[in-house]
Amino acid sequence: MAVASGGGHWDELMLLHPAYAGCDVTYVTTFKGMADRDGIDAALLLPDANRDNPGDAWRCLVASVKLIRRHRPEVLITTGALPGLFCLIVARLLGARTIWIDSIANYEVPSLSGRIALPFASLWLTQWPHLANGRKRKYCGALL
Amino acid sequence: MILLTVGTQLPFDRLVRLMDEIAPSLADPVIAQIGRGSYLPRNMTWHRVIEPVEFERYVADARFIVSHAGIGSLLTAERHSKPIILFPRTCYLGEHRNEHQMATVTMISGRPGLAVANDEAQLRQAVLNPPASQTPQPSITSREQICNAISAFLRGPVAA
Repeated sequence: MAVASGGGHWDELMLLHPAYAGCDVTYVTTFKGMADRDGIDAALLLPDANRDNPGDAWRCLVASVKLIRRHRPEVLITTGALPGLFCLIVARLLGARTIWIDSIANYEVPSLSGRIALPFASLWLTQWPHLANGRKRKYCGALL
Repeated sequence: MILLTVGTQLPFDRLVRLMDEIAPSLADPVIAQIGRGSYLPRNMTWHRVIEPVEFERYVADARFIVSHAGIGSLLTAERHSKPIILFPRTCYLGEHRNEHQMATVTMISGRPGLAVANDEAQLRQAVLNPPASQTPQPSITSREQICNAISAFLRGPVAA
């Protein structure tokens, strides 16, 4: 399962296609039009959320729990943002292997969502060498 | 045609207003995606949200793009080999949740096909002399590297 909010997060996810060529992938996003643009007809939708609006965040969390419980992905990969974080945590708690790709926009510090995702991520990648810490925060290339 | 976008999620009236003021002095018409902004342009054709399929067509037709410093806009310009002028949102003016767009323009300034503007004078200058129509070069090797790392992880042992 591959999850990204609409906008730049989704564009980054699309560039990761070659990484899971041959896998059976279910896509999840918050903006159906972006999946349509990229010819992904069967994308699942989550309500968008950010940390400025607790009501939206709560609705998104509930929807994420339902979605992950229904689909039970073996692996969950996300480029963020908050909806991706929710999916990653729930998937990990249900036993999936999880991958967090911190957006290339996070150049000075990892994103807040990314920092929260760290203990729940099986693989955690930053796109900036100076943000790797020699432990779990790894750098293995970038999309830009 | 010139395409202005501030994304779809957050308002960015400062940039929309500046471009609206500059628009009458330009030879090309400007089409704007203003998201949730409250300033309504008078000198540009505007939409709140342009559906992504249609947005791609606008990008293809545009001579260049003026945008907030979002990664989506940057990658879209790259896909279409279009020059792009980035005007970063700042946190201290309440335009985003943190200063990551300032960081974005720091990290990518100097790439071909791209200009950065931080105020009206710089924006006017950049719009009147847009960067050459040269595609920003994605680092293909770096892209392959991150994809390979993920592939290797996916092929790895099932027990996490």
